[in-house]
Amino acid sequence: MNDTDHLGRPVVVVTGIGVITSLGQGVEANWKALTSGVSGIKRITRFPVTNMKTTIAGTVDFIHVDEMSAPALSERMAELVIQEALAEAGIGEGGKFPGPLFLALPPVEVEWPQRLMLAKESGANETVVYGDLLRAAGTGGHVRHYERFLFGSVGENLAERFGTKGSPIATSTACASGGTAIQLGVEAIRRGEADTALVVGTDASVNPESLIRFSLLSALSTRNEDPAKASRPFSKDRDGFIMSEGAGALVLESLAHARARGASIIGVVEGCGEAADGFHRTRSSPDGKPIIACMRDALADAGLSPDQVGYINAHGTSTPENDKMEWIGVTAVFGERASSIPISSNKSMIGHTLTAAGAIEAIFTLLALNRGVLPPTINYDTPDPAVPVDCVPNVARPAKVAHAISNSFGFGGQNVCVAIGAAP
Amino acid sequence: MHDRDAVITGIGLISCLGEGVDAHWDALNAFQPVVDTASFPGFPIHPMAHIALDKHISKREQRQMEPWQRYGTYAAGAALDHAGIQGNTELLSRMHMIVAAGGGERDYAADEAIMSGLPKAPDPDAYLNEHLLSDLRPTLFLAQLSNLLAGNISLVHGVTGSSRTFMGEEAAGADAIRIACARIAAGQGDFFLVGGSHNAHRADTIMLYEMGRILRKNSFAGVWERQKDGGGMILSSLGCFLVIESRAHAQARGATMLARIAAIATDRKQIVPLPGPFDAAISGASGVAAPTAAEKTFLDTLGVPVRAAGNAFGHSMEPSFIANIALAAISVSKGKLFPPTEAAEQPMDAPLQDVLVTSWGHWRGEALAHVTAA
Repeated sequence: MNDTDHLGRPVVVVTGIGVITSLGQGVEANWKALTSGVSGIKRITRFPVTNMKTTIAGTVDFIHVDEMSAPALSERMAELVIQEALAEAGIGEGGKFPGPLFLALPPVEVEWPQRLMLAKESGANETVVYGDLLRAAGTGGHVRHYERFLFGSVGENLAERFGTKGSPIATSTACASGGTAIQLGVEAIRRGEADTALVVGTDASVNPESLIRFSLLSALSTRNEDPAKASRPFSKDRDGFIMSEGAGALVLESLAHARARGASIIGVVEGCGEAADGFHRTRSSPDGKPIIACMRDALADAGLSPDQVGYINAHGTSTPENDKMEWIGVTAVFGERASSIPISSNKSMIGHTLTAAGAIEAIFTLLALNRGVLPPTINYDTPDPAVPVDCVPNVARPAKVAHAISNSFGFGGQNVCVAIGAAP
Repeated sequence: MHDRDAVITGIGLISCLGEGVDAHWDALNAFQPVVDTASFPGFPIHPMAHIALDKHISKREQRQMEPWQRYGTYAAGAALDHAGIQGNTELLSRMHMIVAAGGGERDYAADEAIMSGLPKAPDPDAYLNEHLLSDLRPTLFLAQLSNLLAGNISLVHGVTGSSRTFMGEEAAGADAIRIACARIAAGQGDFFLVGGSHNAHRADTIMLYEMGRILRKNSFAGVWERQKDGGGMILSSLGCFLVIESRAHAQARGATMLARIAAIATDRKQIVPLPGPFDAAISGASGVAAPTAAEKTFLDTLGVPVRAAGNAFGHSMEPSFIANIALAAISVSKGKLFPPTEAAEQPMDAPLQDVLVTSWGHWRGEALAHVTAA
């Protein structure tokens, strides 16, 4: 393979990966569970779920943080997956990573425990108003809460710890954020700004208010009785996604840089595509145009024809809307081949890791190519005749694939597609 | 001059000083600080001027947004209008967007009812769940979600080439501009809409920064003047979007070029200075004591007239650096700097061509941009 691609740009490869999901910590634990068809979805025990419509999630409960909050656990998971990725890549030792940090991060906001803490400290009795909180906020002792709930603190802390170069970029394109972070890293390497970039997607948003927000939009599955069976991408009886947590890190590097230092290559990020949708805040254009555009854009960027793609890692959320629209998009891009290309959804097992999904699923796509096994879509019992997809039903499938794409779509009209190739 | 220069061809700016290039220029040339000390007693803010939002956002769409999204969506529309491309479907469908966003607006009544009722409830957790489920408007989530400012701009104005949102206070805005300029220089895009917005009229935001003990209390004083008694920042409501494109793209569509971003840099700390020379500097100093002192030390080494944008329209966090680049672009396009905004600033009558825009974030992040004549 040449050091430059079909447009004369540096080829971007992946030399280290790290992952945490509800299935466990680390690449090996996750890959074993994922290819064995194990579900990480379970009853929520982190907080009481009384009165909730959805009481299941793919939480990461095995990692401890001293003072729990979404940014605290997001940051901790990011640290752990970065450590794993750096160790594999053999780069960035001693807190000196020689490139920028691109972080897919859920929006950060003060949470109920802090709000209630200030309410209590204010001493207000019958009714509590925000003026009481302002009074309590100024009494001191809260600087760490202020820092924790700045949008910039997770990126700043990770940059400090791993010694990444320049200003850390924290991006949010909702459920496409992980894909956007990868795209930012690829672009930085292609324009020669960096030889290597650290990309991480992380999300630990399972708390009462976040769960209820998605519930109020009727986006979540309510199949609470059997959590492992609840996420059913492409099935006729799918009824919503499962909110989940996780993190994924990738060391991106120019092929020339990786070769020069003798790094082993996991796979190639061949191209990225994106398109925004102005149709609706939560729904795709009925004609699927932006979904189609982002896949075509990724293929064009990668210099691939649709015929060369042998696997699609679906966004596949298990909502009635997404899976139908994704199928419409795939049909438009791949034509008659659409129903014969394997298209599986990791979300059947790990649920929807939201901000982190694009990074985690790109990692699983890399592993599928690298190890010659396509992870299945579990819970596929009742095919949807409107979505006649080869979803690698229920059981992993050995397959030698040279090129794949991984889709990520999000609220706010966000659509990102990453094209991934097998290691040269 | 180079085809891949990044030039500014549209400015959409709303703040306490009003709307648009001319209103800001006029206000700065007859400067009076605009401060609201009544809304949050003890916590002055720079409020948003009255803006006729209907001009760029339909009433129906306004109802789906909280104020920060309205300000940003409005400013984006104003920038597209200023660049002469509003409604130009062909151009907008391939325009790239980078938005610097906060988010998280609250339903204050719902929060206060929960905080009041929860301690007395027999099962506080169940009470929280029940009330969040029944009291939160389903659409509030989207009105507070960070990337939905970009989403609204796609929806309302049809900007659909791409959409990325950066988060992280001042640095988010600075990096949004930096990456747009870098992509233009490298041929990774020709045509960008970059901006953000901030709403200071939020008790929850004031609460966050008050926990950090970094707000200016009680009365207004200029950014430099207030360093004598402990400093502190005064938050502001502001929306600012810029249309930034390659010189070749701007020329091909016959656009008016207001200014050029000749160089831009961002870093966490110890930023490498940009080569000058500069005629003047527009500072984004927040007023918070330590970073303001560091920024002042750097500015003193330049020895050029400085203007504190924080006096003009307060500290607007995510869009602050973007708005300060807008002020620089406006000044460069007029060929002169606006008068001092407080006693510590020097007058400047000489012609203006090269402005350095500086930003030491109130907590982290440093940014510099060289804005010059197009």
